[in-house]
Amino acid sequence: MRSVRQTARDVQSGETSALSVLEESLAQIRARNDELNVFLYVDEDGARAAASAVDERIARGEDVGALAGVPVALKDNLCQTNIPTTCSSKILEGWRPPYNATVVDRLLLAGAVPVGKTNLDEFAMGSSTENSAFGPTRNPLDTTRVPGGSSGGSAASVAADMTPLALGSDTGGSIRQPAALCGLIGVKPTYGLVSRYGLIAFASSLDQIGPLTKTVTDAAMALEAIAGHDPLDSTSLPEPSPSLVTHVEDGVAGKRIGVVRELIDGADEEVVAAVERAVAALKDAGATIVELSVPEFRLGLSAYYLIAPAEASSNLARFDGVRYGLRVDAGDVTAMMEATRTAGFGEEVKRRIMLGTYALSAGYYDAYYGQALKVRTLTIEAFGRAYQEADLLIGATTPSVAFEFGSKTADPMAMYLSDVFTIPSNLSGEPAISVPFGTGEAGLPIGVQLLGPGRSEAQLFAGARVLEIADGRP
Amino acid sequence: MPSLRREDVAHVAKLARLTMSEAELDMFTEQLGQVLDHASDMNALDLEGVVATAHPFGLINVVREDVRRPCLDHDVVIAMAPDAEDGRFAVPRILGEAP
Amino acid sequence: MTLPDGWEMVVGLEVHTELKTNTKMFCGCANAFGAAPNTNVCPICLGLPGSLPVLNVRAVELAMAIGTALHSTISPSTFHRKNYFYPDMPKDFQISQYDLPINAGGHLDLPDGSRVSIERAHLEEDTGKSTHLGGSGRIHGADRSLVDYNRSGVPLVEIVSGPDIRSSAQARTYAAELRGILIATGASDGRMEEGSMRIDANVSVRRSGEPFGTRCEIKNLNSLRSLVRAIDFEAARQVELLEGGGTVRQETRHWDENDGSTSTMRVKEEADDYRYFREPDLVDLVPDQAWQDRVRDGLQPMPAERRATLSQRLDSPTQSVLDALEVVIDLGIDEFVIAALDAGVDADLAFARAANEIAGDLDNVANLSIGSYVATLKMEQSAELSATQAKAVLVEILANGGEPVSIAKGKGYERLASGALGDVVAQLIEENPDEWTRYREGDEKLAQFFIGQVMKLTKGQANGKDVIAELQSRR
Repeated sequence: MRSVRQTARDVQSGETSALSVLEESLAQIRARNDELNVFLYVDEDGARAAASAVDERIARGEDVGALAGVPVALKDNLCQTNIPTTCSSKILEGWRPPYNATVVDRLLLAGAVPVGKTNLDEFAMGSSTENSAFGPTRNPLDTTRVPGGSSGGSAASVAADMTPLALGSDTGGSIRQPAALCGLIGVKPTYGLVSRYGLIAFASSLDQIGPLTKTVTDAAMALEAIAGHDPLDSTSLPEPSPSLVTHVEDGVAGKRIGVVRELIDGADEEVVAAVERAVAALKDAGATIVELSVPEFRLGLSAYYLIAPAEASSNLARFDGVRYGLRVDAGDVTAMMEATRTAGFGEEVKRRIMLGTYALSAGYYDAYYGQALKVRTLTIEAFGRAYQEADLLIGATTPSVAFEFGSKTADPMAMYLSDVFTIPSNLSGEPAISVPFGTGEAGLPIGVQLLGPGRSEAQLFAGARVLEIADGRP
Repeated sequence: MPSLRREDVAHVAKLARLTMSEAELDMFTEQLGQVLDHASDMNALDLEGVVATAHPFGLINVVREDVRRPCLDHDVVIAMAPDAEDGRFAVPRILGEAP
Repeated sequence: MTLPDGWEMVVGLEVHTELKTNTKMFCGCANAFGAAPNTNVCPICLGLPGSLPVLNVRAVELAMAIGTALHSTISPSTFHRKNYFYPDMPKDFQISQYDLPINAGGHLDLPDGSRVSIERAHLEEDTGKSTHLGGSGRIHGADRSLVDYNRSGVPLVEIVSGPDIRSSAQARTYAAELRGILIATGASDGRMEEGSMRIDANVSVRRSGEPFGTRCEIKNLNSLRSLVRAIDFEAARQVELLEGGGTVRQETRHWDENDGSTSTMRVKEEADDYRYFREPDLVDLVPDQAWQDRVRDGLQPMPAERRATLSQRLDSPTQSVLDALEVVIDLGIDEFVIAALDAGVDADLAFARAANEIAGDLDNVANLSIGSYVATLKMEQSAELSATQAKAVLVEILANGGEPVSIAKGKGYERLASGALGDVVAQLIEENPDEWTRYREGDEKLAQFFIGQVMKLTKGQANGKDVIAELQSRR
C-alpha cells in the first residue's frame, strides 16, 4: 500500500489517479473486512465521487491539496454528512448527521478521500474495541487478539493496508494504545490543536482527534491538514495549523530526553526492554538522557476514571429517544427515556455513566470529581517541573503487546489499568506519540511513547523519526 | 470514604434514566465499588489550596460576533425524529413540570 | 391586601429575561419570535451529537450592562452545566452559571425610597417549548406533547433578588422598575405577555421578629397583575395553614389566573440533583476593566435618573402630570417631553400628549420625530390648532409619518385669517339679527350659538377664542 506521502505525490503528479488508488483500497476492504470487522460502513459511492472530483481538478491543473487522493478511514464517532454515524452503539443505529465534523471538511479541502466509518468501543469507552455493539474488530497482525481501543477499527484499517491514513480519537489513550498494538504511529495532539467540532463527545476536556499511520511523515502530513484554530470550537487554540512536516528530519541532537520510571514500571519485561533500546537509540542520535520520577502520574488513573465518566455521563444524556436515534416507546416520556437508554447503551457505557453520575452527585462531588480535578492540576504542575529538566519524555505506551479476546473483559479494572501510561497526557492536555519499536511475544509489535510540552508536536515528530529509523524503517 | 451501597447505585441509575435488574445492580455495585476503592489513593491526599484548572493553556474570553449563520433545513431536522407531528417532535406524556 | 396582625410576608423575585440579540447564545441561529416550529435550529441549539457552543459577545455585553445598572460587581465567571432530563432540553443539560456568575451582588432602589438587594444576575440558555395535546393544554391530563426547539438556545439573563420584599405592591414596583432598567439597557423588550420577561416569586411568611419561614416558589406569572394577586394569595394561604397548626411544605406551585389560586405542581419522586460542574466546552469569561468601562460609558440613563431629571423641570406638578411622568418613563419617551419643555411648552401639555397620544401608538414611535412633536405642541399652545386637532395630527404622524404643518393643511386645520373670520361673523350677524340683538344685550350664551354657526360655515377651521374676540369687537 502506498504511504500517504507517496499517494499524494503520485496523484498530484498524475502518475496515478485518485480513483485507482481508491479502487485498491476498496478491494482490500472487500478482501478482509468480513474477517476483521474494521468498517461499519463503507461509502463507495461517496468515495468514488470524491476521488473523481480530485482527478478532475488535477486534470484542470489545480493544486488539490497536501493529501491529494489519499483514502482515509474515519472513526465512527466523527460526524460526516448523511453517512451513518453510530459510535458503535445501538442508540445511534441508523442516524445520519446533517453536517461534517470540521476535521472531515479539512480532509476534503486537502484532497483526501473518506472511504468509510470504522469500528470503535461504544462511545469510545474501552481499550480493546470489544465494547462495540456491532462486534469486535480483529487485530490484522493476529486475528485472535484485539487491535486495542477505542480506535481499534481505525488502527486495523491502516494495519490491514486498507487505507494509509485513519483518524481516531484519544481520551485516555485511544489512539496511542491501538497504534502500539497494531504497529502504527499514533498521535494525540495538544488539547485544542485539532477542532472537536463534530466529534461525538466522550469526555470534553480530554478528547482529541489524531491520525494513525504507518510512517512518521504520514502522521505529520495528516496532522498539519486537520490542525489549526476553529471558530466553532471554543477550546481550540487560537493559532493556525503549525508547520510539522518540515521538522520531521530535525533529529534530537542536544535534546534532553527524560526517562520517566512511572511511565515504565509495571510494563511487561519485553516492553521495558524496548523502551530501554529506544532510549539508547535516542542517545546514539545525540540526545542527553535524564532519569526522572514523576510520582503524580500514578494518581492519573484514579483521577481519569472519575473525570472522564463524569463528563461522559453529561455528554451522553442527550441520547434520550426524543430527537434522533433509537426510541423505545413507553407510556410516559420518562419511562420512554429509561427504556431507550437501557436498550440502547451497552454495559461499559452504562457502567461509566453511573460512575460519572455518582462522582458528580450531591454529597460526593467534593470527594470524587472535585478531588480529581485537583489531581489534574497536580499532574499539570508535575509535567511542568519535568519539562524544566527535559525537552521530551519517554516511556511505554501500553503495558503489554496485543492481548487475546476476552482476556481482560471479566474485570473492568483490569482493562482500565492498560491506560496507565497514556492517561497523564490527556489529563495535562499535552501531546504524545506512540512509535512502533521492536516486537515482543509472538512477533507482536511494541509501542514506545514520546511525550512533549504543549504545542511541541514538531519535536515529537523529530524524536519519533529518529526511533523509526533506528527501528529499521527509513 | 464510605463504601458504595446498593441504594446509591439504584439512585444513580434513576438519575441517569437507566433501569437495572437486581443482578445488574449487584454487579455494578461491586464494579463501581472497585473503581472507587482504587481512587482511595487520591482521596487520601490533602489537596486544600489546590485549584482546579480550567483550560490547560489558559484560554479565556472566546466569543463570537452576534451574526447570523445558516441554520438547518426543517425537513432534514424533522426527518431525524422518531416521532413527529405538525413539524414538532412528539413525545409521550410528560408527567412533571420542568424544574 | 394585609395579612393578619403580627404576620409578615417575605418575598424574593427571580426574573428571567430574553436578551435582544440577533442570534442565540451559542450559535448563529436567529433570536426571533414567531417562526414556524423547528425552522430556527442548527446542530448546536439542537444539541446534535458532536456540536459545541460558542458564546455570543453581544449577550455578554448586555449582561454586563444589566449588572452595571444594578450596581453589581462584574466578576470573572465560568459556565456550568445544570444536568436534568426534560424533553424541551436538547442536551438534557442547560448551560448556565453557578457559583461564579458574571454579576454578583447589587441593588435596586425603588421610587418609594426602599432598596431591594440583588444577589446575582447571570447568563444562561433558554429551553425549547412544549405544547401538550389532549386534556386542557396543561401538562396534567395530556396524552402527548410536541416540542419546538426554536427557542432553545435563546440567551437569557436571570436576575435574583434578595428576600427583601415585604408586600405585593412592593413586588410590583420592583418588577416594573427592573423592567424599565432592562429596557433602558437595551437588553430586553420587557414583554411579559410574550414571555420575553418571566417572573417567579419565592414567598414565605413569618411572625414579626422570627426567622424566615419555609418558602414556596410560584411559577406561571404572566403579568404584573398576576404577580400581585399570586403573592397575596400565597401569603394568605401560608398564614392560614400555619395558624391552623400545619406546616408549609417547600415546593413549587403553579398560579392559576382563572381560579385565582396557587396549587402544587406534581411532586417529583426524587429531589433535584443537578450535578453542577464546570462546562468543559467553554472557557472562562474575564471582562477586563477596559471592557467594563466601555459598557458603562455606553449606557443610557436609567429610569431613576430620568425620573429625577424630569421631576426637576416641574414646579408643583399636578397629579395628572405625575401620573403621566410615570408612563413617559416606563415607555422611554422622555426625550419628547424634555424637548417640548425646552421649547417652552407647558408641562401639562408636554406630558399629556406623550402619555396619551404617543403611548397610544408606541409601536410606531419611530415615525414621529422630536421636532414634529414639539412643533405640533407649539401650534396647540399658540391656538393655531385646537386640542382635538393637535391630537389628530400626532395620531396621523404616528400611523403614516409626515410632519405637522403639511398634515394640518391637508386636514384643513389652517387657522382662518382674521379678515376672513371677520367676513364670516359679519355675514352671520346679518343673517341672525335676533340672536345678535340678544347677545349685544348681554346674553353670553349666544356666543356659543355664533361659534357653532361659524364652525359649520368654516368646517371647524375657526378657533373658538378668535370668534369670541371677533364678536366682542363688534358689540
